Amino acid sequence: MPLMRLADAIEQHVRDGQSVALEGFTHLIPFAAGHEIIRQGRRRLHLIRMTPDLICDQMIGMGCADRLTFSWGGNPGVGSLHRLRDAIERDWPQPLTIIERTHAEMGVAYQAGASGLPCGLMRHYADTDLDRARGAQMRTVTCPFSGEPLLAVPAITPDVTVLHAQQVDRNGNVLIRGITGAAREAALAARCLLVTVEARVERLDAPLNALVLPHWLVTAVSVVPGGAHPSYAAGFYERDNRFYLEWDQIARDRGRFQQWMQEHVLSSRDHAELLARLRVAA
Amino acid sequence: MSGGVGASGAYTADEMMTVTAARQLTNGAVCFVGIGLPSAACNLARRTHAPGLVLIYESGTVGARPEVLPLSIGDAELADTADCVVSLPEVFTHYLQRGRVDVGFLGAAQIDRYGNLNTTVIGSYSHPTVRLPGSGGAPEIAAHAREVLVIMKQSPRSFVARVDFLTSCGFLGGSGERGRAGFPGRGLQAVITDLGVLRPDARTEELKLTALYPGVSVEDARGATGWPLAVADDLETLPPPEAGDLRVLRELHARTEAAHATPVRIKLPAAERH
Repeated sequence: MPLMRLADAIEQHVRDGQSVALEGFTHLIPFAAGHEIIRQGRRRLHLIRMTPDLICDQMIGMGCADRLTFSWGGNPGVGSLHRLRDAIERDWPQPLTIIERTHAEMGVAYQAGASGLPCGLMRHYADTDLDRARGAQMRTVTCPFSGEPLLAVPAITPDVTVLHAQQVDRNGNVLIRGITGAAREAALAARCLLVTVEARVERLDAPLNALVLPHWLVTAVSVVPGGAHPSYAAGFYERDNRFYLEWDQIARDRGRFQQWMQEHVLSSRDHAELLARLRVAA
Repeated sequence: MSGGVGASGAYTADEMMTVTAARQLTNGAVCFVGIGLPSAACNLARRTHAPGLVLIYESGTVGARPEVLPLSIGDAELADTADCVVSLPEVFTHYLQRGRVDVGFLGAAQIDRYGNLNTTVIGSYSHPTVRLPGSGGAPEIAAHAREVLVIMKQSPRSFVARVDFLTSCGFLGGSGERGRAGFPGRGLQAVITDLGVLRPDARTEELKLTALYPGVSVEDARGATGWPLAVADDLETLPPPEAGDLRVLRELHARTEAAHATPVRIKLPAAERH
């Protein structure tokens, strides 16, 4: 587990055209890592995230992605993700191919990927219009024991999974506390696992069944305090609900969005400088 | 209709809707909660007549007892007050698909006469006029919860004869189609709107008007519905909200607004400050 600067981790491990899962369900969203991918100008990424949230809105609006796998594409509690909508509705800044799932399907797909299986299974009763729109992406199969119809969900196996976590210990083991979403499954499904953490500690002092990612699964760790802002890191800081509300206005207009990204993300050397510009650093 | 005045003072249509929705929930039920209006109704119920209501959010927070309403489905408030926090695959497979949820409480952009829900697109899927957020957890909640409640404001654009896109299954084409497909849950039992309550007809499963709020007419409800709305023989007029319900709901909203307006400060190590 090399401990390295975030810029170096992204430079070395994220390539144009790769599939990149950024997970963390409302909590621990890897904003700092996503911003660094934007700064380094990656293109044609296949982004994978259950709830694209503001980070994928920003990456899509900045032209990093031509494909998105997701299950709920809104600004939580606020409304639309305007950059995502602009890409789907008007191909701006470029066409975006969407691979749409339900939350439950995403969970099963990550579990299958993490288990080395080609697909996962779920109960299925009637086709929705999403099933019809997806065509052969999803298939129903018959249980060989009970004869029941089941939905087969293709596994998700990202080239790279990016997570934010609370702590890394001196040996490189990573601890995630609180709401985890599908972080564990996304980590284990990937070929390459990049993690940003709030802090480096001697020992994790975690219960034995806590969500610890052992050091040899982690490709690189970067210490980035505040790396999940404007989402949150339990035990470190709260969710910046005001920023989520403000983003609705910033992202509505293409010009205002581009100006905001230029003034905040692109012209900041790193996440600490961005937090200072946003006046949330103390 | 913007509310009314009851024995406990003036109230808004939104308050009447939330109070009515809360009344549908029985103490001790296990409820899978959507964010927004469903979450407000569930937390009002938990703070009034149903203190034993078990709230599960799709973020994996099981038994959450939030002091303030969460803005997102995964706010720290939910995790900090929960009995336990499980992973997303676990909450959808081991809790929901396994049949451990009594009530699924949802909102939607569109609902049709057979209770089918659309949260995906207005217009065509490949070239939508309006792209909506999408499925989230709703399709499986609508399939597996023993029963489903929906809360949404009533208008001809949202209450339509046929949804533009079937995201989550209600009664499909009605008259038993859902049952024949083998869904484990009974499906939609009530739609609580800002005008009254709609419930499925026992035979056709078409939604019909079963209750109105004080001061709302059948014509008001029909004017806000995109299909010829049938009216139950025993149509009732619901009583206005009680003073206790209004007080608890208003306190909940006031605490929530204050919490969401608090600036976030992140303490950075000295070496990281610019």
